[in-house]
Amino acid sequence: METSDLIQSLANAARPIRVIRPPLLRAGCWLLIALVALVLLALEHGLRSDIANQLRNPSFVVGTTASCLTGALAALGCLMASLPDRSRYWLLLPLPPLAVWTATLGYGCLTDWVSYDAGGLRMGAAFQCFATVLLVSLPLSASIFVMLRHAARLRPTLLTLAAGLAVAGMTSTAMSLLYRLDATVMNLIWNLGTATLIVLIEAIVGRRVLTRMAKAAGR
Amino acid sequence: MSGLRAADPQEWTALMVQGQRGDTHAYHRLLLGITPYLRAIAHRVHRNPSDAEDTVQDILLTLHEVRQTYDPARPFKPWLAGIARHRVADRLRALGRVAAGEVMSDIEHEAFAAVDKSGDAALNSRAVEAALLALPAGQRQAITLLKLQEQSLKEAAAQSGMSIASLKVSAHRGIKALRRLLGEGYP
Repeated sequence: METSDLIQSLANAARPIRVIRPPLLRAGCWLLIALVALVLLALEHGLRSDIANQLRNPSFVVGTTASCLTGALAALGCLMASLPDRSRYWLLLPLPPLAVWTATLGYGCLTDWVSYDAGGLRMGAAFQCFATVLLVSLPLSASIFVMLRHAARLRPTLLTLAAGLAVAGMTSTAMSLLYRLDATVMNLIWNLGTATLIVLIEAIVGRRVLTRMAKAAGR
Repeated sequence: MSGLRAADPQEWTALMVQGQRGDTHAYHRLLLGITPYLRAIAHRVHRNPSDAEDTVQDILLTLHEVRQTYDPARPFKPWLAGIARHRVADRLRALGRVAAGEVMSDIEHEAFAAVDKSGDAALNSRAVEAALLALPAGQRQAITLLKLQEQSLKEAAAQSGMSIASLKVSAHRGIKALRRLLGEGYP
């Protein structure tokens, strides 16, 4: 096809479109969805029984704040980097809190090494944890992919990786606030394990999902 | 046709905003106006005119697909240049894969081994030359002198007027940029 013909057909296809909202606003909306999911779960399940004590524990406060910040900054970073005129370095935004988050998990591992309790691995609790992971991560994944659908033709792989990190950070925050996962093995499985799994799954399927969403939107 | 074309980049922002509102005439003028600018970008990295034109068309298509991401409060040209950068890098990566031994096939899910084309032949391929052209002048000169002409650091420094340290840094950065442009699997 000649370029002039292509230009003519693109111009003929121009319809009024709605400009997407600024990335900061969209990141705010996404955080609101995360907050609503967390509040609903807290109402249904209740916060962890020792939350008052944990809020005085610096390791818990720093770790949970870091995972929450990782989620929020990863969401903002990938929404920024999804725009053609913004730097891809926005994707590095969540790295500092991510470093703190993984460091607190590692520190917990060292100090709690001897406190491992086999009773912590009860099947009933594990199922409930898994259900919570799904209830938090599915709506958050769906909403961030909807927000990123226009980016299918730009840098989809890196964006879906960052989107996965955003969902993982928020899911981990919810887990920390809802469940007692102090035993080293449980802590690692549900925090780092789930986070890694979410990031991997979203990185693998995300690109395909974004492409399909873009096609479905007729763009 | 040239009367329709918006040659002045100052006009592009206003035309894009009108295009987003569905004004086909303004959008047509904009696309015609930016095409020479896109051709200049594409010809900097492609020697083959047909590759360059394919890249221009790819950029135009992407612009159309993501036109809702343009924020009218921001300048239009950096937004357009961002799209162009993505598409040029993608095409160079594809050309690099072809040069490295893959063959594009129209039949999906089928691949064939290319005719033996390794080592120097692949290195001297059009894709590498095109990628070299995409590098900043200093990095391109350092790689040409040190890697392609195999000059010593002293000779290269004397010829280019650059210091040995900056030649080393430029060559290192240039190789990294080439790897990124051509894909990690490339030598």
